[in-house]
Amino acid sequence: MRLQISPTSAHVRTVRLVTTAVARRTGLPDSVLDVIRLAVGEACSRAVSLHQAYAPGEMITVLLEDEGKFVVTVCDSAPAGAQTGHTDPLEFLAGVDSAEQRDSDLMPSGLGMAVIDGLVDDLEIAPASSGPGTVVRMSWPLAAQV
Amino acid sequence: MDLSLSTRTEGERTIVAVGGEIDVYTAPKLREQLIDLVSNGHYHLIVDMEAVEFLDSTGLGVLVGGLKRVRAHDGSLRLVCDQERILKIFRITGLTKVFPIHASVDEAVAATD
Repeated sequence: MRLQISPTSAHVRTVRLVTTAVARRTGLPDSVLDVIRLAVGEACSRAVSLHQAYAPGEMITVLLEDEGKFVVTVCDSAPAGAQTGHTDPLEFLAGVDSAEQRDSDLMPSGLGMAVIDGLVDDLEIAPASSGPGTVVRMSWPLAAQV
Repeated sequence: MDLSLSTRTEGERTIVAVGGEIDVYTAPKLREQLIDLVSNGHYHLIVDMEAVEFLDSTGLGVLVGGLKRVRAHDGSLRLVCDQERILKIFRITGLTKVFPIHASVDEAVAATD
């Protein structure tokens, strides 16, 4: 399945709902569905935040695959210089005043990446194959088909 | 919006009961509520998350912002949450060390700072 959303924070919940519904059909347990819901939400929120700042007219793509593994891939097209690494959550705590003073209510994408990194064992982050942007690929094993 | 908010006071504490999903889209509403409370002199807050179904890093950021605001007035911000799937994001980020988290509102109200 392929979803494309404009960089609007209201759409992130839609992607969470669709992704979780597709994941549920593969028979993954609720505890894993909760992780998938949070991980795809964080990856999309990060992409939305980057696009709003650097690529407002561009769509974000989410791919869902369920053969052998359940794979969620979030593709953004924000320029490489805009990408942030992890934010240490406790540093974030120390610095949040300045973040709050910005007009944007979106938190730095680094905290979201720290959450994804903590949640997802099989995580690949790579530059987009063409043009600017990043591909965040998150996988979960599926039980062998009986 | 998929977020409900209500506030009440119990003695010195102000309890903000949150329901629904706290994410990038709805977190600003919670942020405004916390800012509002602090600017109206409520510095001892309890955020009751028993009815929260989802919390992401944006929501965490809003809670951290609230904590910083009340601390600037020697206040406190306690959380009420006993759902493992919500606590998970606090554990991953290490923020369980930062927020007092209680299993019930009664426990949060009784806690001393």
